[in-house]
Amino acid sequence: MTKLASKPVGEKLSRAGRLDLLLVADMVEARSRVLDVGCGDGSLLRLLSEERGVDARGIELSQKGVNDCVAKGLSVIQGDADTDLADYPDDAFDYVILSQTLQATLHPRKVLEHMLRIGLHAIVSFPNFGHWRIRFQVAARGRMPITDNLALPWYDTPNIHFCTIRDFVSLVDEIGAKIERGVALDHFGTPLQLNLPWWVWNLFGEQGVFRLTRVK
Amino acid sequence: MNIFPFNRTGSRGQDVPQSLVAHFGADQPLKVDAGVLLSPLTVAYQTYGSLNAQKSNAILVCHALTGDQHVANTHPVTGKPGWWETMVGPGRPIDTDRYYVISSNVVGGCMGTTGPSSINPATGRAYGLDLPVITIKDMVRAQAMLIDHLGIDTLCCVVGGSMGGMQVLQWAASYPERVFAAMPIATAARRSSQNIAFHEVGRQAIMADPDWCKGRYLDEGRQPTKGLAVARMAAHITYMSDEALQRKFGRKLQDRVAPTFSFDADFQIENYLRHQGSSFVDRFDANSYLYVTRACDYFDLAEDYGGSLALAFKGSKTRFCVVSFNSDWLYPTAASRAIVHALNAGGASVSFVDIETERGHDAFLLDVPDFIATTRGFLEAAARARGIPPAPGGSDEL
Repeated sequence: MTKLASKPVGEKLSRAGRLDLLLVADMVEARSRVLDVGCGDGSLLRLLSEERGVDARGIELSQKGVNDCVAKGLSVIQGDADTDLADYPDDAFDYVILSQTLQATLHPRKVLEHMLRIGLHAIVSFPNFGHWRIRFQVAARGRMPITDNLALPWYDTPNIHFCTIRDFVSLVDEIGAKIERGVALDHFGTPLQLNLPWWVWNLFGEQGVFRLTRVK
Repeated sequence: MNIFPFNRTGSRGQDVPQSLVAHFGADQPLKVDAGVLLSPLTVAYQTYGSLNAQKSNAILVCHALTGDQHVANTHPVTGKPGWWETMVGPGRPIDTDRYYVISSNVVGGCMGTTGPSSINPATGRAYGLDLPVITIKDMVRAQAMLIDHLGIDTLCCVVGGSMGGMQVLQWAASYPERVFAAMPIATAARRSSQNIAFHEVGRQAIMADPDWCKGRYLDEGRQPTKGLAVARMAAHITYMSDEALQRKFGRKLQDRVAPTFSFDADFQIENYLRHQGSSFVDRFDANSYLYVTRACDYFDLAEDYGGSLALAFKGSKTRFCVVSFNSDWLYPTAASRAIVHALNAGGASVSFVDIETERGHDAFLLDVPDFIATTRGFLEAAARARGIPPAPGGSDEL
């Protein structure tokens, strides 16, 4: 973890090395049932199943990703967060994970609601659009931001529903869920201190990672 | 005009099975869904590779509607390669250096397993339509008898496409503890109305042929080849996608520069279908075609579970890999998704891949690289989990 933390979080790192995955993994209890939505090549699922004895399942859009996962012996379904979560029964999992994908969904709110219906907990990580670099690019240059994390121009990016950490927290409130744990990572992948106020997280956090649960 | 000018010799696998056979006598009748006992029962099968000492490396390959047990050897009737040599053989995904591969002809078939052209012990003549109607479940029961006969408890994997996929699903539902991994390909848990309709066209074509003789053509020394060929032609259209047909044939004319203003096979597609029809009748029995299509049509796995497909797989420990092809309109991706949905709801371990190809339903028989890779990966992972060592000289590393 320390080795990774010294590198900047960004596209140069493989998904396997992405720091938020380790943070996400940290939020999952051993031997639980996990659904990773947008599981890529299955790195997180493999980590969870091999090191934590988790019953790990996944959904992935790309054929290559699914093939990679199937070859690793993982149970992964080719599908889409927007359309295929509806097929899962209530309470099928302990954790439903959505890593770096919320901003690319058509209906983030519905996706989040399904996650909390299918799973007892939802774990979401996303790029914070409120980060000062992004604010600076929009405010000073008047252009859509391009950063290490968000490397594609506006017309090519799959990210269609950006939000800030503050926006996300409001949405969680609106759908009647509560935040159990939250971490914001700065540009260097270091978690920001927990006792800092929200506005600091929203300004200096480049990534947000949250574990949610339903409010009974 | 006779568009199918061929001579039948009447010699088929039924008469002289050119594979291994297991005989089940009066003490081991097959109790079929139609409510009678079928006895004696013969099951013709092929095996490839060798069974390991733990008997843990057996893979059962289930064939499709008109397939047979000749998966990976030269076909004794047609002289063509086995129907799944892209997938089964040394170094192939279903690696015969690693696995013990078993494939049997289905009950109701015509390549050596008891079917309508087998001799009915009660009459000394071919069964014809006196054979009880066979279901997918009956086919699977007979396969289970064969697997018992071979002394195998649990199959490492049951795999098959189309009607073979239905057998895979039935295996997983009927004998969950005997199926370590299951791979239903290009299939559905039930036949749709459109599916049944196409089969009915085929059956009516056979039964409308005067040479069918109400099913007693063998006694009469005749063969309803025209009807059977038309049945095959109609079915064959459903195995290919519109894009693939367009690309392969388009509106191209057959060996001519202009239409002949006749009903000859002016178009290449007509010629192609006629060829498919006429070559089919040399290797397949018309009554068998009635039986196997009926078996498919009756298939609705959820029916035995109060209409809930999820209940069919509830608590299953089997690892599933469901595969569909995006251009398959016979068993479209949605049909596979319905299976996946049920498996998920039943809490089973399931992977699902929708392979992008324009080759339609028949893609499962063809060399489609993504499909081959998926199969290889899934089986390797299953074999690892089951502790089956890699093939000698092969590598198990990802």
